[in-house]
Amino acid sequence: MSSVTQQHDNTAADHDDGHHHPAKGFKRWLFTTNHKDIGSLYLIFSLTMFLIGGAMAMVIRAELFQPGLQLVEPHFFNQMTTVHGLIMVFGAVMPAFTGLANWMVPLMIGAPDMALPRMNNWSFWILPFAFLILLASLFMPGGGPAFGWTFYAPLSTTYSNDNTALFVFAVHIMGISSIMGAINVIVTIVNMRAPGMTWMKLPLFVWTWLITAFLLIAVMPVLAGAVTMVLTDKYFATSFFDAAGGGDPVMFQHIFWFFGHPEVYIMILPAFGIISTIVPTFSRKKLFGYASMVYATSSIALLSFIVWAHHMFTTGMPVAAELFFMYATMLISVPTGVKVFNWVATMWRGSISFEVPMLFSIAFIVLFTLGGFSGLMLAITPADFQYHDTYFVVAHFHYVLVTGAVFSIMAGAYYWLPKWTGNMFNITLAKWHFWLSLVSVNVLFFPMHFVGLAGMPRRIPDYALQFADFNAIISLGGFAFGLSQLLFVVVVFKCARGGNKVPAKVWDGAEGLEWEVDSPAPYHTFETPPEIK
Amino acid sequence: MSHAPLLKRLVLICLGMFAFAFALVPLYDVFCDVTGLNGKPSLEQAKQSTSINEAREVDVSFTTHAQSGAPFTVQSAEYSVAVKPGAMREVVFKAKNLSNEDKVMQAVPSVSPGKAAKYLHKMACFCFDQQPLKAGEEVEFKLLFYVDTELPDDVEELTLSYTVFDISSQLVASN
Repeated sequence: MSSVTQQHDNTAADHDDGHHHPAKGFKRWLFTTNHKDIGSLYLIFSLTMFLIGGAMAMVIRAELFQPGLQLVEPHFFNQMTTVHGLIMVFGAVMPAFTGLANWMVPLMIGAPDMALPRMNNWSFWILPFAFLILLASLFMPGGGPAFGWTFYAPLSTTYSNDNTALFVFAVHIMGISSIMGAINVIVTIVNMRAPGMTWMKLPLFVWTWLITAFLLIAVMPVLAGAVTMVLTDKYFATSFFDAAGGGDPVMFQHIFWFFGHPEVYIMILPAFGIISTIVPTFSRKKLFGYASMVYATSSIALLSFIVWAHHMFTTGMPVAAELFFMYATMLISVPTGVKVFNWVATMWRGSISFEVPMLFSIAFIVLFTLGGFSGLMLAITPADFQYHDTYFVVAHFHYVLVTGAVFSIMAGAYYWLPKWTGNMFNITLAKWHFWLSLVSVNVLFFPMHFVGLAGMPRRIPDYALQFADFNAIISLGGFAFGLSQLLFVVVVFKCARGGNKVPAKVWDGAEGLEWEVDSPAPYHTFETPPEIK
Repeated sequence: MSHAPLLKRLVLICLGMFAFAFALVPLYDVFCDVTGLNGKPSLEQAKQSTSINEAREVDVSFTTHAQSGAPFTVQSAEYSVAVKPGAMREVVFKAKNLSNEDKVMQAVPSVSPGKAAKYLHKMACFCFDQQPLKAGEEVEFKLLFYVDTELPDDVEELTLSYTVFDISSQLVASN
């Protein structure tokens, strides 16, 4: 362990060479290598993208408020669904988790910073350019990407305009950013844990992020490969996905979903970590089944590589393959169930209090489980033929991504915001944010199950008259949910500006190294590694 | 502790996975070949059949359709033929270029049910090559095929489907 101590000395020496105080103004943020600064940048960026992607969702819901075509052209509607998906996945959820990892992983393992601080700066600062390119493509002649966030060939090769090129470069940059972020997290966790922090003492947020980071470096390069093939098919006369030249469009879906399914878990495993951190705090009990949580997370990650074709049941696979992917998919509900039962068992007979992070966590557990159940329904191959590409699917993945991933990010933000700013947020406003979000999100997404089961297709700007009432309700829920998120912006902004001062240990039931440093967390922490009991 | 060794390994994994994405392309074909999963028949000329199963008869139907925008019609002389496994059969297809430009067409075959794909052997097929057709030209193509004697018993009929593509512009692009 002497090597670790020595490395900390080196870091301290570095800081004496004029890096002790952050530079002033914009340069502080542009050149920063501090994990807390970069974490904040990621989180602010993600919130911005969440609002932009949300505005696109508002356009979608406004158009669907009534049957018929009212507000936007169908082609523009398709651009909205496509770019909404891309922005929410790659711009909002993933950077939010990376931001939380930047802020919290070094604090949780007692490290002074991320392992590769300069790369950390790069991995953030290329991200705004990726989304600038993607958003700029909306203004080119013929419009932006309209082929769905899944960019199936030949929609993205034969039937799109030159936005494909911009889209591909944007995805390349996002991918490089995620890969660098993931590598940084792995190296930090493997090499920079405080002495005595053994693997089975790691906080669960750190564990889930470590596993997520491995998923990222395994599948983001595959996505990069897929978009590269789309690019060369469109511009350089290759025929990866073009049957006329000996390629196969169905192969696109295989390659895409080989990335796409692990990607789904990239967006939910860190959420599991956040919930596993918050629920014990406000239940004032240790997390039930720590080891089983670690194993469950690992098995979900491993299983995620062998279930991709459940997105493709209707492509005409043979029965044997459909059965295999159906059973493999259902198998995932076992480790996921272990996690849900562990959270419930942690709360069982705890002295629970309902602070805002806990409210979001409990909502997560209930609503994510609901999304999991609709996922199980979709896993049943013969049933999927009915549900495929309907609003039932939209309901399913919004339950796991909005009331799952996004709610967990909100929970984490409320949990650690006092630690970041040194101020308690406005609790009344935050509770309004929670209750308004909880009610509106269900008004928004729950009726989608019904219209989906009744056969309303997704990604269509118009619909049959019998879906009109439900769609009006859904849209009202959508507007309410969208407006409620502005409250979150207000709470965060006010909290950053000031508020009641909080002690180092903000929540009395909280455990972990992050609560041993002052609030707000000083610019440099753990320059000498802490003692692990 | 030096971060370089771990960093190197992680970057190698990334590069490996990028390569793996491209390796999936041949792997996909090999996998489909071995399992016959997606109805992709072989585009190679098959060997002569050695035996004929006189006791069995299988219906083979033909269907063709032109990819949207491809100015061709391709029509088989017979809608469906009954063949004995192992016995050679010739079918004539009439193809026409409907446009007033010279075009090159490529037919891509597919067999349904998918698992029967590897039992349908083509000795000669217009789909083996790119077929240049002059403006308004009409030609006859021959398909020479037989059904393998090993064809599973539960397959009583199979369909050979051709999708016809106009690849003239792609040829210009690559030349």
